[in-house]
Amino acid sequence: MKLGIPDAAREYRTVRQVVGPLMLVDGLDGITYGEIAEILLSDGSMRRGRVLEVSGAKALVQVFEGTSGISPSDVKVKFLGKGMELGVSPDMLGRVFDGFGRVKDDGPPIIPERYQNVNGTPMNPFSRDYPNEFIQTGISTIDLLNTLVRGQKLPIFSGSGLPHTRLAAQIARQATVRASGEGFAVVFAAMGITFEESQFFVTDFRRTGAIERTVLFVNLADDPPIERIALPRMALTAAEYLAYEREMNVLVILIDMTNYCEALREISAARREVPGRRGYPGYLYTDLATIYERAGRIKGRKGSITQIPVLTMPEDDKTHPVPDLTGYITEGQIIINRGLHTQGVYPPVDVLPSLSRLKDKGIGAGKTREDHADLMNQLYAAYARGKNAKELAVILGEGALTDVDLAFVAFADAFEDRFVRQGEDEDRPIEESLRIGWELLTLIPRGELKRVRDEYVDKYLPR
Amino acid sequence: MHMDEREGRIVKVSGPLVVAKGLDGGRMYEVVRVGQYRLFGEIIAIRGDEYSIQVYEETEGLGPGQPVLRTGEPLSVELGPGLLRSIYDGIQRPLDVLARDFGDFIVRGAERPALDRSRKWSFVPAARAGDKVEPGDILGEVQETELISHKIMVPPGRSGVVKEIGPVVGTVDTQVAVIEGPEGPFGVTMLQKWPVRVPRPVRRKLHPKEQLVTGQRIIDMFFPIVKGGTACVPGPFGSGKTVVQHQLAKWADARIVVYVGCGERGNEMTDVLMEFPRLMDPASGKPLMERTVLVANTSNMPVAAREASVFTGITIAEYFRDMGYSVALMADSTSRWAEAMREISGRLEEMPGEEGYPAYLGSRIAAFYERGGYAVCLGGGERTGAVSIIGAVSPPGGDFSEPVVQATLRVVKVFWGLDDKLAFSRHFPAINWLSSYSLYQEAVDESADALTSGKWSENRKRAMAILKREAELEELVRLVGVDALAMEDRLLMQAAKMIREDFLHQNAFDERDTYTSIPKQFAILRVILRFYDEAKEALAKGALLEDILGLAVLEDIARAKLVPEDDLERFDLIERQAVEAVGALAG
Ligand SMILES: Nc1ncnc2c1ncn2[C@@H]1O[C@H](COP(=O)(O)OP(=O)(O)OP(=O)(O)O)[C@@H](O)[C@H]1O
Ligand SMILES: [Mg+2]
Repeated sequence: MKLGIPDAAREYRTVRQVVGPLMLVDGLDGITYGEIAEILLSDGSMRRGRVLEVSGAKALVQVFEGTSGISPSDVKVKFLGKGMELGVSPDMLGRVFDGFGRVKDDGPPIIPERYQNVNGTPMNPFSRDYPNEFIQTGISTIDLLNTLVRGQKLPIFSGSGLPHTRLAAQIARQATVRASGEGFAVVFAAMGITFEESQFFVTDFRRTGAIERTVLFVNLADDPPIERIALPRMALTAAEYLAYEREMNVLVILIDMTNYCEALREISAARREVPGRRGYPGYLYTDLATIYERAGRIKGRKGSITQIPVLTMPEDDKTHPVPDLTGYITEGQIIINRGLHTQGVYPPVDVLPSLSRLKDKGIGAGKTREDHADLMNQLYAAYARGKNAKELAVILGEGALTDVDLAFVAFADAFEDRFVRQGEDEDRPIEESLRIGWELLTLIPRGELKRVRDEYVDKYLPR
Repeated sequence: MHMDEREGRIVKVSGPLVVAKGLDGGRMYEVVRVGQYRLFGEIIAIRGDEYSIQVYEETEGLGPGQPVLRTGEPLSVELGPGLLRSIYDGIQRPLDVLARDFGDFIVRGAERPALDRSRKWSFVPAARAGDKVEPGDILGEVQETELISHKIMVPPGRSGVVKEIGPVVGTVDTQVAVIEGPEGPFGVTMLQKWPVRVPRPVRRKLHPKEQLVTGQRIIDMFFPIVKGGTACVPGPFGSGKTVVQHQLAKWADARIVVYVGCGERGNEMTDVLMEFPRLMDPASGKPLMERTVLVANTSNMPVAAREASVFTGITIAEYFRDMGYSVALMADSTSRWAEAMREISGRLEEMPGEEGYPAYLGSRIAAFYERGGYAVCLGGGERTGAVSIIGAVSPPGGDFSEPVVQATLRVVKVFWGLDDKLAFSRHFPAINWLSSYSLYQEAVDESADALTSGKWSENRKRAMAILKREAELEELVRLVGVDALAMEDRLLMQAAKMIREDFLHQNAFDERDTYTSIPKQFAILRVILRFYDEAKEALAKGALLEDILGLAVLEDIARAKLVPEDDLERFDLIERQAVEAVGALAG
């Protein structure tokens, strides 16, 4: 054996400690950082682990399925001499996998084209191409006001009890690039969702046929939480394969990233690391970045990876570490609003604090339509003004409002009712969103349309 | 198996940290090559015979027993022609070359020299044989880009008498001069190496006072920075830190710009790479890329290299300063740098300070900003150069009381505090005018006032007073409604609104608005204040506020920021129109 280089899988029965999801194995030789282990229990079942630290003859192993039922004396640990991998193949489309990429539906096994390390390697910043091509989600508040572009990462910030799961499913069903002849696929990565939600996704995708272009990775709420650490990496590895080797535009939906972060916190606590804010590890930013930065486009290649991470903000608090650090990495955010939800508006997207930072480069003539930017700015400004006027009316009474203010109030109400609100099966092409937008502008005096060029007003404003 | 005396063995791997034994004689900050892939690493702690190494690449697959090789060299950068227009990672690997040779993803162990060894440069001597030369003396020049002449200097620590020198066309490794030193003759090439953690020496530091003009109105007129000054831009996510940094990298009147993308987004570097070659420097009309060096260690690249990226950037900046240039360095974001330090420190099991940051966080931050400054360079001729540092800070939850913001505020002289509420209402740049400050204001006032017979500082102080008063009045309005305000106060609120919207607000993405010259900045503010003065007088004479607020000239003032730079007489016209229109109301 060559010194220090693992040449074969080796088995050990030398587990010394078990703490939380971690296991300490001793008496090792040639074990490397990050390698995968199989843990064989006396009842014949098998779990998987990953080496988090090696020191001398000892290794600290994180057990993905948890350590419950493990007794140091009767487990066998087999180190595989390689990092975590996913077998990739075009046949993944239409199929459901668990957090380790094992087939979870009742279809046949996948015969992989090859195996790919799931941690990926960082994209060379020099090789990146700037995201500037429109992706249509069929949701007006996104397409028209917070446009998503290929290669972008645009999260949805939601709260518990809000309909972000339904919205995520709707986007997964409807999303498309409009240029013909370009492949499109969805990788749906669900972490810690309920059985019901999972059923909802799978049946929904089957019912609508969306399943054909979708790869699902599902970890349920009662599945091992530590598996959630592997899941997004599996999903992104599948996405990278489809994007860069099969030339597809891939939309990756990661739901719910808060569950992912909690799994990370659990590991960190078990390792007794110095906790950062709210007990999350200090490296949470870097860890999330290794997921989110896998979105992108590469110069000279056809495929792309676009991400919509979905997360629930504990107590609707945007400064909670999970939304906060996500916001620091992603390129904007879509915010779901509890008030709108209570009012019965679906999808309850709060357009004022929402922002797609890359929208400007993906809209306009040749991409969406010439008047897109102007209309977007006008709708945003008018809605902001209408909402302001409404607040003022609450303090000072309706009497304090001018006629023009009242027109803006009426606009704001109609905007929520007709523009923000749409059916769960309503897939609005961008032209339809633009049409509704212009129609709503008829509610305010023409002289107030200061953000749109006169030529567009003449051309698009209904008379 | 043969054991090299410079070769040790890994005993422990924990994320980016590797501990090795058998590296006897290894020094702090020495570069080592780790494991079977020969990954780059640096010794960062020595305890007995255990050497802790931070590894600049992904460590998966490393394990006890694998070899570690000493190189005997500290972590250094290559300095010479070819730096400009480059894009490097945190340890100065050329990313364009890596992309060409290794593909679109960064593979481990990839290695290429920072400066192209095949590229030819034409060296024009400035010194002559027989000249006595000291460290920093200019031996000759290379026209590196259309904009920048690269000075080839006698390296720090060397001196003697020039024996041979002449025009040469060659690569960075080509000898351009031979110097007879105290210990014998030595050759000088166009390439220097310098350890990144050691500041490059200067003859002496000076007080910086010349304004670094940025073309950003709120910065130049309200919170100015100087050449050789230090500034920070803290703010929550999405508040506009990166846009401010990009704006400064584009428009600041520095001769050289070093932009360090430290643990931030890949797409933002792409943005710079695509835009800078197309954008023209307002002073020279040449592409901005000609004066720019990029260091990109994005958030998904290894954290240890992120820790190094800031030092790589500042060393390159100092090198150009030594030539006598004014250099501006942007670091986006220093919080990610601090977090890299925290992560490594945690793995070293050092005693944590506040929020898990190492106890030396403050001193590291201070030492970094201390490498900025205005100075007399080494070498003859009292040549001066400057390094200005502008660091973004990304506090968790936007809370400025956290350790990185606080440690930074203790050392920098300018604070541009970005405000969530302003960003939310899409007032950009979202620099809060009530809490931000610049300690260079007096120095800048002194020279600016001399040119404007004192109006520069006077106008700013007046504008600031109006904004402060507005904040108080807003409180009142919230309680009792705007109707309860006296007419003068309502007029003041109008003036404040004009200062905010027509002067402070500046759209970085509008071609006409993205850069404003100093005379134009001065003119816009002057017109607004003049309007306010006239309106106040008219109000006192019985004019109606409604009529004043309905004047068409307000629209002209609002659009004044879009007046082209070559048509500044227009401001006199707008001012006259304003005076006339308001005057007419007073009857
Ligand atoms: N001067 C400006 N003009 C116009 N828009 C701006 C300006 N500054 C910021 N913005 C808007 O705000 C968005 C966020 O700005 P930026 O990326 O600079 O934020 P940031 O503070 O760097 O955020 P993060 O911490 O997440 O990196 C931009 O994409 C742009 O839409
Ligand atoms: Mg930023």
